[in-house]
Amino acid sequence: MSALRILVPVKRVIDYAVKPRVNKAQTGIETAGVKHSMNPFDELSIEESVRIREKKRAPGGVEDICAISAGPAKAQDILRTAMAMGADRGILVETKEGEDLEPLTVAKMLQKAVEQEKSNLVILGKQSIDDDANQTGQMLAGLLGWSQATQASKVEFGEGDTVLVTKEVDGGVETVRGKLPMIVTTDLRLNEPRYASLPNIMKAKKKKLDKLSLSDFGLQNEKRLKVLKVTEPPARTGGGKVEDVDGLIGKLKELGAL
Amino acid sequence: MLPLARRTVARSAGRLIEGAPALAFRCYTRQRLLSTLAVLEQRDGKLNAGSLSAFTAAQKLGGPVHGFIAGSSVGAAAEEAAKVDGVEKIIVVDNAAYEKGLPENYAPLLVENIKKGGYTHIIAGHTAFGKNLLPRVAALLDSQQISDITSIESENTFVRPIYAGNAIATVESSDAIKIITIRGTAFAAATPESGSAAIEQGVDPNADSPTEWVSEDLAKSDRPDLATASKVVSGGRGLKSKENFDKIMMPLADTLGAAIGASRAAVDSGYADNSLQVGQTGKVVAPQLYMAVGISGAIQHLAGMKDSKVIAAINTDGDAPIFQVADVGLVGDLFDKVPELTEKIKSS
Repeated sequence: MSALRILVPVKRVIDYAVKPRVNKAQTGIETAGVKHSMNPFDELSIEESVRIREKKRAPGGVEDICAISAGPAKAQDILRTAMAMGADRGILVETKEGEDLEPLTVAKMLQKAVEQEKSNLVILGKQSIDDDANQTGQMLAGLLGWSQATQASKVEFGEGDTVLVTKEVDGGVETVRGKLPMIVTTDLRLNEPRYASLPNIMKAKKKKLDKLSLSDFGLQNEKRLKVLKVTEPPARTGGGKVEDVDGLIGKLKELGAL
Repeated sequence: MLPLARRTVARSAGRLIEGAPALAFRCYTRQRLLSTLAVLEQRDGKLNAGSLSAFTAAQKLGGPVHGFIAGSSVGAAAEEAAKVDGVEKIIVVDNAAYEKGLPENYAPLLVENIKKGGYTHIIAGHTAFGKNLLPRVAALLDSQQISDITSIESENTFVRPIYAGNAIATVESSDAIKIITIRGTAFAAATPESGSAAIEQGVDPNADSPTEWVSEDLAKSDRPDLATASKVVSGGRGLKSKENFDKIMMPLADTLGAAIGASRAAVDSGYADNSLQVGQTGKVVAPQLYMAVGISGAIQHLAGMKDSKVIAAINTDGDAPIFQVADVGLVGDLFDKVPELTEKIKSS
């Protein structure tokens, strides 16, 4: 079986615990001074890659785990986090602050990166919690013509480059057997990401981090979607509290819900 | 369908009056060429009724609407879909290779049929099937997909929630072929009635799939489907164990005829099956009544239920964020209040 060369795309997003605010101009979300961190699903991707190596789950072994991110200079923070969790090295594809890339552009960039890095397994998060698109992994699989297994909750390796993936689907789980090279996207139940220890954070500072730009991949930031406006959702105001169960039933009947 | 179509016609007419014939003509031509393919889901030859939401969205765009269905023995499902009023054609590909919806061969299949039909819009549900398949199709067609839309403003402008529903973005697509997944709760499923769409065989490129389907394990339930139920009762960490979850939530659900949902905390602790998770990363629901029991109301959970018509909450913590969105809240111990509620609803 081929040794694994794993590519793990990670994205810097507004921290999941922060309530995002729409900016005054209604052109986007206020990002200045807001805490950012690694997209939670991408932490699962890094964790899974590291576990595949640590538990020697792949018959051919793991030769390389490379984290890659496209974003502003600050995105190198999350690449360092990925390296502190166990990634061997990082690639930052630097964009201007506030310049977002659409999933199709990211997929095209990753296609080139896969060729450059000779990756045979790409593990991505199932979606980023900012754009909520859930597209990049599938698009990349399409561009490469590779097997894809989305929303994975379990990944096992077999003989002859086969990969058995349990996927979360509507109403339960489904298992598919793919073949390397392959794309896997992670779902919440796949694992529990580790915290990077202080010594590992220190070691990560010495790991290799290459800086590239989109043009190094022969790409431009082509926008197919124009954001016309971003607004707050209609606010819901709580309807107050009732004293007891009878009050609850009464109110629900009044609201026509019972 | 009508209001939007009418508006578009009115707009072209307006331009014509203003004396801009070239623009009006272009607009007319584009309108004439607009056509939509709705990708329908099926399982074991049975049409997934929820996927008929794609027809509802397609009809809002105006222009001819076709349906697409593939799998082994999909004849009956195609006939059922053909009964939806206003649908012109159902394209059928009867081939067991597509039964499980594997995107590796289903995407090339769809691409061939999209090219043959010259469609401008492709719509599928933002379900496990749609999410898995459509981005692969979009990449093959070099189109930037628009995911999980909740509203259609015009043939190229769509509304979608971002940041776990904390913001609503209106986006305009410049792609020639628009690939769209829709939020099911935002578009009611079309009902098969007196329509008589033609049923036509699609082209089948017979692409190989490097991936094979092995098995599935689906939760069996007699309760209504979570995504489409009119009432949902949802349990959280406050239930403390799977035994309590079953003992407290199931009688309440059965009394109300409701589907059961759960918070991430309840799912992670093993109280409920993964597929019952409501939230940003689970199901998005918008029932008539959503009753949150022992759920604090984290933003990721609210993302999946805050479009419900009426939200009720029962929680011991009077400061829990769920009370900020609940139409009616009861502060109290769920182990007392829920059985009492179940009894009182049953006897009334």
